[in-house]
Amino acid sequence: MNWHEYAIKHGKLPEWPYEISYGKENVVESDVLVVGGGVAGCRAAIAALQQGASVAVAERGFTKRSGLGGAGVDHWHGAVTNPCSKITPEMYSDTAMKISDGYTNGLARYIIGKEGWDTLLELEEMGVQIRDEDDEFKDTMFRDEETKLLFAYDLDNKHCLRVYGNNIKPCLDAEMRRLGAGVYDRTCITALLTEGGRQGARVIGAMGVNDRTGEFFVFKAKAVVVATGGGKRLGSFAPELTESQSMFHINLTNMGHTIAWNAGAELVMMDQLYVGGLDMGYAPYSMGNADNTYQGAPTVDANGVRVQHASATGTLLTDERQIFQSANPDTFVIGHGIGLGPTNTQEYSVSTLDHALNDKISSGELRLPLYNDFTLLDEKHRRLIWGLMLSHEGKTRVPIYETLSKWGFDPDKDMLQYAVTNAELLSHRSSWTGLEHSPKNWVVTAGGGGIITDWRLQGSLPGMFAAGGFPLFGSGCHGEAQTTGRYAGRQAARFASEHDSAEPDRAQIEREKRELFAPVENEGGDIGWKELNYAIARVVQDYCGRYKTEEILDLGIKRLKDLRDTEGRRTYANNPHELGRLVECFRLIDLGICYMEAAKARKASSKILGFSRVDYPEMDPPEWNCLLPISQSDGQVHVRKLPCDYYRQAPYSDCLAENYEKYTVPAKKEAT
Amino acid sequence: MNEAYLVPNPIAPNQSVCIDHDKCVGCNCCANACRTQTIMPNPEKGQPPIVIYPDECWFCGCCVGACKREAIRIVYPINQRVFFKRKTTGEVFRLGGPDSPPQTYFKPPVG
Ligand SMILES: Cc1cc2nc3c(=O)[nH]c(=O)nc-3n(C[C@H](O)[C@H](O)[C@H](O)COP(=O)(O)OP(=O)(O)OC[C@H]3O[C@@H](n4cnc5c(N)ncnc54)[C@H](O)[C@@H]3O)c2cc1C
Ligand code: SF4
Ligand code: SF4
Repeated sequence: MNWHEYAIKHGKLPEWPYEISYGKENVVESDVLVVGGGVAGCRAAIAALQQGASVAVAERGFTKRSGLGGAGVDHWHGAVTNPCSKITPEMYSDTAMKISDGYTNGLARYIIGKEGWDTLLELEEMGVQIRDEDDEFKDTMFRDEETKLLFAYDLDNKHCLRVYGNNIKPCLDAEMRRLGAGVYDRTCITALLTEGGRQGARVIGAMGVNDRTGEFFVFKAKAVVVATGGGKRLGSFAPELTESQSMFHINLTNMGHTIAWNAGAELVMMDQLYVGGLDMGYAPYSMGNADNTYQGAPTVDANGVRVQHASATGTLLTDERQIFQSANPDTFVIGHGIGLGPTNTQEYSVSTLDHALNDKISSGELRLPLYNDFTLLDEKHRRLIWGLMLSHEGKTRVPIYETLSKWGFDPDKDMLQYAVTNAELLSHRSSWTGLEHSPKNWVVTAGGGGIITDWRLQGSLPGMFAAGGFPLFGSGCHGEAQTTGRYAGRQAARFASEHDSAEPDRAQIEREKRELFAPVENEGGDIGWKELNYAIARVVQDYCGRYKTEEILDLGIKRLKDLRDTEGRRTYANNPHELGRLVECFRLIDLGICYMEAAKARKASSKILGFSRVDYPEMDPPEWNCLLPISQSDGQVHVRKLPCDYYRQAPYSDCLAENYEKYTVPAKKEAT
Repeated sequence: MNEAYLVPNPIAPNQSVCIDHDKCVGCNCCANACRTQTIMPNPEKGQPPIVIYPDECWFCGCCVGACKREAIRIVYPINQRVFFKRKTTGEVFRLGGPDSPPQTYFKPPVG
């Protein structure tokens, strides 16, 4: 029953089912506060608890299932020290940097390389299956007979594993609670607390609002881990049309970026913005595809003619094993799914379909529509894709595996149609992230921008650590998020053990409360959260899209400030849900300003950053090949230049291993 | 029946998940598992929850996984359904269409 049906049947509106106490203040104290209980946040909490710290976790949704990783996962990148891998942590980090022209996080990638496999082994102890224990895939090319591990994407180098990830989040949630974390679900964090309420000072907690009760929360902590994941509502927003296929959900608003920015922390790569029609496609794996989970699934045209696979550099492949190899023996597969932007070479990418697909369709050699013909696979390989990968991947166990089966689809008999669109898109995963007829200027804030840190994953503000796919800058996927979470959790616990708590500034708390609860006290309010969100997205699409100049960006910033100070003051919230969405919108305005300030700071265009300035068209001039840490204090924006490899320059050593050994906090198994 | 009401336009999708009122016991496990607030408890205790914000549904299926009574299922937006083709007969079916063939794939997930 939906709202309309209820209202019509009962002749009245359904009452809010929870008790409301707008603004009622709750104070929670802990050594470590984790903001965002996704996979990174849960790992941070578990690691901090194992170090002996007391931990509170503030989560927007429900930790057992929330976040991008909450609905499952089918592969684990970065486990480069697993016994079968030919990749070292140095290779993982250095290659990621090399193919991104330095615009990614080499520091985090080294930590991930060092600890990704240990992080996975610990997950196995928590009850997540990572091996073919029943020997179902014995004697297939994907399996190592001794360890029973199953590999994906690169069978020569074996650094990416297939995992049975459907229950990862429930396992993490249970472990975190077993160790004694205080979990505060349904709490939308909106600001960090800083010492004296000053921008740029030590971070000593956070504030937020509960979306069931409207109650206000003050979290006091000696150290804070920011792990709120990514987001998209800033520049691409049309939930009615996009939620089913989107890789981000509506709770994800890049809040970690915003609260760090508002607290005065330095962010980098906020000038990496993708422009394109993302999210206007089909639900992942509900249609034919040759990428990711469906890597290796055969594709045929309307007449059943096989479409060949090609290496990333275009060589047509004749042997099934080649689909799971890198383009040449000197390279290995990296970049795929780990949040690297466009790279400067194809050589490290995964295989795709025939690069001449477009021409062959135009000439009539191949006929649309295309299909995935799973029947061409042998039973074991079909089971590996359909029964293992698909049934464990995010958003697919129920929506695809179970639902398509109920609809009569049978991979042993049937062929699944591809979307009908541009063939270039078909060879990649884009049939779910955007078709040819998508909006052309949607801005997606899922670039690599985020909090810049030192070797402890501590940001520029003392006591604030960053972890996860986002908001730690330039870092990527599920395994990577868990690994940086686990590392940052240990560091936060160490920091907490070395520092006293500090009393929050009352004026900062009162300011936040006034702003948060204005929409429920605003009797004349006539603008709802969605209308405001659409307006914000439009400003960002227009003024921070493909055609950026100094004037355009200034106009964009002015429009966002106008929205905040005029229409923003006319908003209303009917209930705590709408209030939660609305305060997210206010923060999106702050975030939009941050992106535009970052865009103003880079006076050049850049290929890898996907960054274009109409007034500075020169691509990647050498003097601009650097990170531009950006921060704010007292109404002023500060920018400096920093080498992309800052983490191996003074005061650090050029040697990655040396830095790691110097700064890491050893892992512990149980709380002492 | 000429009864009509002044109501806001229908929302899209109309109902992202559908609850079977005969099977549902109103335990709200689905509502609690939902990352957004797509599903909310019925103000009347013990009654099936209400799909209140289907426009926020991520179609993750976690609510379905949380229900012990198989009382809730996902309803894909109707703009989201491509075809599939039965190889031996050449028949074409639309995902979730009226002519869907009976279920023949019953293999449980691996692991
Ligand atoms: C369908 C799908 C399939 C995927 N498959 C894979 C895969 O096979 N392999 C792989 O490596 N990666 C995969 N990924 C990516 C991977 O899941 C993410 O990279 C990973 O989950 C990131 O972890 P995280 O903890 O940083 O962010 P998330 O898991 O998104 O967690 C962020 C958390 O922060 C919370 N939060 C946000 N805002 C606030 C706020 N204001 N206050 C409090 N809490 C807040 C959110 O509710 C959320 O729980 C997949 C993603 C999707 C969507
Ligand atoms: S979990 Fe199932 S039984 Fe419980 S309220 Fe939801 S649909 Fe009804
Ligand atoms: S599919 Fe996911 S987002 Fe939609 S109602 Fe169910 S749990 Fe909520």
